[in-house]
Amino acid sequence: MQKIGVFVCHCGTNIAATVDVEAVAEAARHVPGVVYATDYTYMCSQSGQDLIKDAVKKYGLTGVVVCSCSPRMHEKTFRKAVDSVGMNPYLLEIANIREQCSWVHKDKEIGTKKAIALMKAAVAKAELDSPLTAGETPVVKRALVIGGGIAGMQTALDIADAGYDVDIVEKNPTIGGKMAQLDKTFPTLDCSSCIVTPKMVEVGQNEKIHIYSYSEVTNVSGFVGNFKVTIKRKARYVDETKCTGCGLCTEKCPMKKVPNEFNLGLNNRSAVYIPFAQAVPKVATIDPNYCLMLNKGVCGLCSKVCGAGAINYKDTDKEIEVEYGAIVAATGYEIMDVSKYDEYAYSQSPDVVTSLEYERLMNAAGPTGGELLRPSDHKRPKTIVFVQCVGSRECDSTRGGKPYCSKICCMYTAKHAMLTKDHYPDTDIYVFYIDVRTPGKNFDEFYRRAVEQYGVHYIKGAVGKVTPENGKLIVQASDLLMNEQLTIDADMVVLAAAIEPSHSARHLATMLTASMDTNDWFTEAHPKLRPVESPTAGVFLSGVCQGPKDIPETVAQAGAAASKVIGLLSKDKLAGNPCVAHSDEMMCTGCSQCADVCPYGAITYVDKEFRMRDRTTKVRRVAQVNPAVCQGCGACTVTCPSGAMDLNGFSNSEIMAEVDALCR
Amino acid sequence: MASNYTVTPEEILAISGVNPRRCMKCGRCTATCPAFAEMEYHPHQFVAMVESGRIGELMNSRSIYRCLSCMACIERCPRQVDPARLIEAVRLAVERKQGGNHLIPDQVPERLEPDMPQQLLVSAYRKYTK
Ligand SMILES: Cc1cc2nc3c(=O)[nH]c(=O)nc-3n(C[C@H](O)[C@H](O)[C@H](O)COP(=O)(O)OP(=O)(O)OC[C@H]3O[C@@H](n4cnc5c(N)ncnc54)[C@H](O)[C@@H]3O)c2cc1C
Ligand code: SF4
Ligand code: SF4
Ligand code: SF4
Ligand code: SF4
Repeated sequence: MQKIGVFVCHCGTNIAATVDVEAVAEAARHVPGVVYATDYTYMCSQSGQDLIKDAVKKYGLTGVVVCSCSPRMHEKTFRKAVDSVGMNPYLLEIANIREQCSWVHKDKEIGTKKAIALMKAAVAKAELDSPLTAGETPVVKRALVIGGGIAGMQTALDIADAGYDVDIVEKNPTIGGKMAQLDKTFPTLDCSSCIVTPKMVEVGQNEKIHIYSYSEVTNVSGFVGNFKVTIKRKARYVDETKCTGCGLCTEKCPMKKVPNEFNLGLNNRSAVYIPFAQAVPKVATIDPNYCLMLNKGVCGLCSKVCGAGAINYKDTDKEIEVEYGAIVAATGYEIMDVSKYDEYAYSQSPDVVTSLEYERLMNAAGPTGGELLRPSDHKRPKTIVFVQCVGSRECDSTRGGKPYCSKICCMYTAKHAMLTKDHYPDTDIYVFYIDVRTPGKNFDEFYRRAVEQYGVHYIKGAVGKVTPENGKLIVQASDLLMNEQLTIDADMVVLAAAIEPSHSARHLATMLTASMDTNDWFTEAHPKLRPVESPTAGVFLSGVCQGPKDIPETVAQAGAAASKVIGLLSKDKLAGNPCVAHSDEMMCTGCSQCADVCPYGAITYVDKEFRMRDRTTKVRRVAQVNPAVCQGCGACTVTCPSGAMDLNGFSNSEIMAEVDALCR
Repeated sequence: MASNYTVTPEEILAISGVNPRRCMKCGRCTATCPAFAEMEYHPHQFVAMVESGRIGELMNSRSIYRCLSCMACIERCPRQVDPARLIEAVRLAVERKQGGNHLIPDQVPERLEPDMPQQLLVSAYRKYTK
């Protein structure tokens, strides 16, 4: 006979306000098998846990049911508590009477009724619980960082600093990310290159860090501590080990009309290229879409001039497989395509640019050598209109609008306005805003400086229409505080376009089985308490891939992600999850359906000999689960037509007992 | 014709199918509106006034007849508030109250101008007749 204890938590008033907790405890006392039941204000507190431990000892409990918050919150806490007094932690059940009951009900009578039902179901399951022991798996002491922007670089440096090997997979020919494209950075206005290129060099020279540039992750299998990752090294047509980065090939290449992505297409580059002077690794790459040799079989100039003999037109994509203990996503963001916002005339006039393009137009290494010249006629703009929130904060997604605030635009627009005024004080600058959002250390002061010291015209209102006319941009706008409609003859219009996740992020998330929100930002395990971990064990998040952030926040998060990785890699072994599936070989018919549904590839088939009643033997194909790979999702158990698959801790009979209890 | 005819904000919301609370006061509607100069209350104000229940003032305002139903504000509004729908709803409320037609077909020929777009005629019928 089982001896079960039931512990009902008030959670302050979180539960007690909607659920009569004493009535739940009283009802529990009448459930067969329950030998002790009580209620308490905070079951998770030290004294609450002591209450459970004392009862386990005093009544010799064989099972414990805690009626409290979601198991995601405190299952671990209570399992630890019972473990400490010698009870197997898997003999503990949680009835979630907070998230699934008190928080969703208003009526106390209904709430109490439901709480009692949930309690009874948990007791029914606890009666059938059996002790489980977690196995152990070794940890591969190497980490993978996907994305080599400031987030990925910082995470890699911090992990390497703790003595672990780290690989960075970067899809572009160089690391550096968006920060390498910025001119100066708010709120201090220090030069972006001056702070990011030393970091890039540090990463490149660190012995513990290996960079796979111009590469992509194409497959991920395994689990925390033991991931197997396939990395595709795209054909670069230049031997990385031989190329010295002299750049002679880029000078001699006759194909010079390739849009330069580093300058966002504002100028051109050659078919063989090094993205920018400080690239890491500083190795040339041949663009297969434009190279004359690869497309037409004529040219071969770069090969002739390359003294190192690094050019190889026969190069092909290569795949390598590497094992990792932990994976960090640091895939950053992209600028939204604003061409559907016709009213701003982005597609009609080259003088309407996005803010990132404006960064390049101001940058000394940019297409204009740092002199602010407008793209159409290379004249200096006298009047510039900045438009905030283009594509951000929209509930209509037909034009690609985002429901969120992109967070960084208010600050970088104030930066652009001040930098422009610094260089060309006679420029007239208008900023149209909905709200100016500048929370952050020295951030609001920064924005106020633009208004008060620099005389930037901040106008609460919006731009309705931009019309290119005779070399000017006629901007029709509203000034809501003055209740006026304005027309401004501008020379340039700068759009603070929304940022969106890397377009490869969703595909990557699927490979990592990491979750994403509806906007394709990676989701954290807990929005407050676990901000750098994904809900998938062993996968961590760094930088903007988790949501819009500026550089200071990105770097802070990158360090936090690194410390989580270091914590994981410092362990020699990991306790596994004992709640895994297993098949009953006598019942299994080898139909393959479970293997088809298993998202983790945990099921394989073996041919096994069975002795029949008539003493003959028969070979049958049966399913076997690899407990190290199984995540206990249960997909196979509901699929199996012969009922052979079962899940430890959530067995078919336990689930049915719960359902029975609920229906009673 | 009922003289104590009143319209509640809820009715306006029901007629228009628009939720003015979604407005974030960005001003794109007002920035775009070609009838801005003619209007007493501009599109963003119109939205705010419906939200705060000032329907009576709007029913008496000439703004509701100055709106061209060009739908530019609907096109631009990032929050799907669609000011023109609200304006249309208030105008409809006035018409239901007055019960009459404001545009008599016989008068049309004398008001026509050569470069008047046909669409304007259609929208005028929509706007000024019951
Ligand atoms: C116009 C503008 C101005 C700004 N100015 C400032 C400023 O002044 N101060 C400030 O603090 N912040 C500023 N920011 C914000 C700043 O750019 C970001 O905070 C920062 O770059 C985020 O770094 P990240 O590494 O997370 O992302 P990113 O810089 O986007 O780096 C992501 C990297 O991952 C790579 N990647 C993506 N997908 C994959 C994949 N599937 N596989 C491999 N690699 C992949 C990308 O190629 C890239 O190298 C500005 C942003 C903009 C748009
Ligand atoms: S072979 Fe291709 S990359 Fe090399 S110089 Fe000729 S066009 Fe340029
Ligand atoms: S429970 Fe079944 S389907 Fe789910 S991971 Fe384990 S073996 Fe695969
Ligand atoms: S529909 Fe009416 S309110 Fe809207 S922009 Fe056109 S004229 Fe202005
Ligand atoms: S455009 Fe839409 S959200 Fe903006 S002020 Fe007008 S109604 Fe409000």
